Amino acid sequence: MKENSQRNAVVWRMLIGRVGVARLAAVVAALLFWEVAARYRVDPQFLSPPSRIVLAMPSLFETPGVPAALWTAFWEFGVAFVIAVAIGLPVGLAIGLSQSRQSFMPIVLLLYGMPQIVILPLLVLWLGIGPLSKITFGASHGVFPISIAVVAGVQNIQPILMVAAQSMGARRWQIFRWVIFPHMIPSFFAGMRLGMAGVLLGVLLAELYVSAAGIGYFTLMFTQSFDPSRLLGLIAVLAVMAIALNVALRRAELHFARWRTD
Amino acid sequence: MSAPRKQHEKLLSRGLQFSFLLALLLVWYLATARWGVSRILLPAPATVWRELDDVLRSGEFLPHLRVTLIELASAFAIACTFGLGSGYLISRTRYAMAVFEPLLASIYSVPMILLLPLYVLFFGLGSGSKIALGATVSFFPIVLSTIAGFGSVERIFVTSARSMGASNAQMFRYVLLPAALPVVVTGLRMGFTIALLAILGSETIASFAGLGHKIAQLAEAMETARMFAYIAFAVAIVAILNIITTALERRVKLQ
Repeated sequence: MKENSQRNAVVWRMLIGRVGVARLAAVVAALLFWEVAARYRVDPQFLSPPSRIVLAMPSLFETPGVPAALWTAFWEFGVAFVIAVAIGLPVGLAIGLSQSRQSFMPIVLLLYGMPQIVILPLLVLWLGIGPLSKITFGASHGVFPISIAVVAGVQNIQPILMVAAQSMGARRWQIFRWVIFPHMIPSFFAGMRLGMAGVLLGVLLAELYVSAAGIGYFTLMFTQSFDPSRLLGLIAVLAVMAIALNVALRRAELHFARWRTD
Repeated sequence: MSAPRKQHEKLLSRGLQFSFLLALLLVWYLATARWGVSRILLPAPATVWRELDDVLRSGEFLPHLRVTLIELASAFAIACTFGLGSGYLISRTRYAMAVFEPLLASIYSVPMILLLPLYVLFFGLGSGSKIALGATVSFFPIVLSTIAGFGSVERIFVTSARSMGASNAQMFRYVLLPAALPVVVTGLRMGFTIALLAILGSETIASFAGLGHKIAQLAEAMETARMFAYIAFAVAIVAILNIITTALERRVKLQ
């Protein structure tokens, strides 16, 4: 029996290894296909092979204004995310812990269901083409998923835990710190992941809409000058930024959820 | 809790929600009429209502709405074809699922709007780039839910149907499809919704026509009252499409 399960484990590990190898092979095959197609089939004015994009990276970062635009987008994103959490968390807690939760929730869901993209031109008209409109648009995309997830997390706490803490003489703050906070971590982080995706989308939409400066200006410039190497390089840098932020959040989640053994 | 008390609470809830909307309208009215907020930045509610009435009566919205809806239909059709097709094929073996599912899920976490400049370069500023972006964003939820739906059919159902002599077609029609449909339909609805948002977004950012383009154009011309009317119109269209798709989803799931 034991031998059997051990052999199973070995076979299983080999399978995982093979799956990983196969996945890598699929990615490499796709890149190779892209390389060959772009090199020999497609007009170089429209598509560059991956190798040329990598080689064009230095020239992308030497383009005057590009590092500054990337840096601006990055801190706009950071500020917008902090604002989204700073608003979404208290709003979610207030709604989740209040007696009249059923009354406020539909309002939040209604606002969340609004297609926010249609007010982007209005927002830029109001707040200008600078960072303010981009931060606002990003934050407004992040607030709703975060607060909705917090409401769900608070609702799922078993009442017995609150009552037990209360009967042991915990103060409100202590109940929050030791009962509510640890229990809403998973849904809070789920909300933050959705919120982060929303904030990224909002900031990028606003950056692309404003074509007078920033990322939007450079994508337009590279498109109009038929420079796919630098355009794809810029897109790749932003995509890597998005992936890195996702990974960082996932790490933080594992760190804060480690008390949970199940 | 007694029944009348519950009803009383429900009434209170509705009242609260209604008064929230009313308060919003009141603040808007006061801001324009009393607090002297610039008319260019924030037109009066009555003006917006007149503009909306004019937009609807004159039928000016029709060509823009048609462009947006045609783009949406094409994008969704493309995403369905590729998403359902490749999702079903991947779900046929555990190995393919293990290889491709995490790959697709991680690509899905990158904001797809980044592809818009590239698609504008490939397909131009017309409908082509909007259809491409809409199809790309809606492909992912559809393919992932198809894999999840067809990949998680209980083995015992498949085995028992096989042992009772089901043909491949029968297996698909009576075992796989009913088991997978609820999950797949949710993916289809999500794909539809985000395709619509992506198309409105790409029209706003760079295009010649469509509802998003009209809103951006009116913003540049500083015709805010008419822009508000179009925003309200676009929100209503999105809401109507959402209600229809949610109702369809529920209906399929109930079967």
